Amino acid sequence: MSLAEIIGLFLKASLLLAFIFIVVLILTLAERKALARIQQRKGPNRVGFKGILQPFADALKLLTKEDILPASANKRIFWVAPLAVFLPGFLIWVTIPLAKDVVLANLDMGLFYITAISVLSVMGLLMAGWGSANKWAMIGGLRAAGQLISYEIPFIMAILSIGILAQSFNLKEIVDDQARWPFAIKQPLGLFIFLTAGLAELGRTPFDIHHAESEVVGGPFVEYSGAHWSVFYLAEYMNTFTIAVLTVLLFLGGWQSPTLPFSGTVHTVASLSWFLIKTALVIWVIFWIRGTYPRLRIDQLMSFGWKILVPASFINIFLTASVLYYALPDWVITVVSFGFIGAIFYFIRRGSLAGNKQDTVKIIKTSDIRAQLSNGAEV
Amino acid sequence: MSVVFFAIAAILVISGGVGVVAARNIVYAALSLLIAMVGTAGIFLIGLAEFLALVQLLIYGGAVVIVILFSLMLTRIQEFEFLTANKHWPIALIVAMCLLGLLIISILIEDSTTTTMGSTNITELGLSLFKDWAIPFELASLVLLIALIGAVVVVRTDNEEDR
Amino acid sequence: MADEMNTYFTQYGIIAIFAALAVAVPTSMLLIGWALSLLKVRPKKPSFVKNSIYECGFETITERWSQFNFRYYSIALLFVIFDVEVVFLFPWAASFGTMSEEFGLFVLGEMTVFIGILVLGWIYAWKKGSLEWS
Repeated sequence: MSLAEIIGLFLKASLLLAFIFIVVLILTLAERKALARIQQRKGPNRVGFKGILQPFADALKLLTKEDILPASANKRIFWVAPLAVFLPGFLIWVTIPLAKDVVLANLDMGLFYITAISVLSVMGLLMAGWGSANKWAMIGGLRAAGQLISYEIPFIMAILSIGILAQSFNLKEIVDDQARWPFAIKQPLGLFIFLTAGLAELGRTPFDIHHAESEVVGGPFVEYSGAHWSVFYLAEYMNTFTIAVLTVLLFLGGWQSPTLPFSGTVHTVASLSWFLIKTALVIWVIFWIRGTYPRLRIDQLMSFGWKILVPASFINIFLTASVLYYALPDWVITVVSFGFIGAIFYFIRRGSLAGNKQDTVKIIKTSDIRAQLSNGAEV
Repeated sequence: MSVVFFAIAAILVISGGVGVVAARNIVYAALSLLIAMVGTAGIFLIGLAEFLALVQLLIYGGAVVIVILFSLMLTRIQEFEFLTANKHWPIALIVAMCLLGLLIISILIEDSTTTTMGSTNITELGLSLFKDWAIPFELASLVLLIALIGAVVVVRTDNEEDR
Repeated sequence: MADEMNTYFTQYGIIAIFAALAVAVPTSMLLIGWALSLLKVRPKKPSFVKNSIYECGFETITERWSQFNFRYYSIALLFVIFDVEVVFLFPWAASFGTMSEEFGLFVLGEMTVFIGILVLGWIYAWKKGSLEWS
């Protein structure tokens, strides 16, 4: 590599970084607006026109806020932890293509690289929890780590079934394979597992037990403030964007669009916009889930991961491989997958996940009360 | 160019290794191990073993270091937060010396010019693993099964003692 | 061959450069914050109460780190085992198409046996209550 090439790469990488920063700024506002809409509020609407400048105000506030170092914390680990969370999340972006030729390094083992790197972010959360020397932070850090590693297995397995279908771990080739049909149609079970495990990896509702305010008061980030906290925040929204982008790339056909009558740069820009629209839809679904579902209990979370998602991902791989081997029509996977998704929802509804835990709240039907009342029972 | 990368990776490995041995705080030692593992992955990368490098990151850098950190964080950390006495250092020294001797002998015997450098892609790796090495591969699953049962049994007995 | 090696090293060189940038950017964010505190824009007024550990209303009882649920350890062990298994699945998935043409049903059967043995272990772990959280 010559010096000019290296400088060029630095410029491209900085451009990508700037792009991610802008997306993160937009996402912070978008999430608050979306949640506000779901809860019939207006959301931030004071700074700038309808609150458009709110993210900048937030960033400015965080940078000028006092950075508190707790007296009993382990100084070095406490300070390095935000970097350790940010670094793996950002390194993933090297191999993520945004349009046909908009990619920094198109690795042949791109998907394997992504799985290998993403595990490392657990370390940062553990460091944050341990370094804070705070009980809540420690519990939160351990919960985060336990949750991440439990859902890592189904996450990787869902990726693997895509690898089997496309016969490649190169993200560009995977998208090219979806020119006709996006893999979501062939892999509904895979998409379900991927999105669920992805939400758990992100620690977003309904899997946000590790920074549950009402239980562990913010989890590993309790003691953080100011600039250090903002790095965590940045990493969190960046990871949300990453999961959405991966969902689009792996399952929703990436930048493949029905028809685009352009060529050259215009085509690239158009397909990039199409790709970003799809991503925005996935992100909207993630926000929607956050606005709709309550938080899981930790025992429910663990048993859901290990008892339902892990076997489901095994089944998905086996199903995909068998259908490919016997050259069965693609709709077989679709139909069987939907059957399994139905079974999963049935198990969730029946509550057989909770194991030996009894429900603390018993739901009494109004018809039962009426029946008792009509029998002359006193209320 | 690859010399520069090798230097960076080697510095990571050596500093990580020294950190593991020299760190007084046991969590520092575990995190130094992580740095050494990342450096090792880098060295594999330079040796064109792309898959092995990523496996190194996934298994050793990720999973194994997490297990070590968990076990450190779950035990009573106050008792050995700072490692003061290394009573077993003579044994460690002997083992390290033996290993060094072995490495030096192997470098002297093996003519490095005869080994050819070449990258294998993951498909070829799979072909070789599942055709030529099918039986060892199935045996690996048995080893994993034994490890799984071992993990379940170990954790279970500990729990019953607690009660 | 030389060309292939060149792209290989270029790709991972890009990752190295990217890693440098990924360290530099959040570090510079932290440094900006620190510089602002030097310029007195950002306050820095530590006090005993402010620097004490966060606790819900009362003073912290247990000093620093205490013991936690042993379940996390068992989950971590299970994770290592399944992680190793997944590593075997990757080359299998990548070469599945080529292999199934050459060796037929053997390829599918091989992985079925491999996963089957692990599923046995998984069922054992479930029966022994290792997947339970209590």
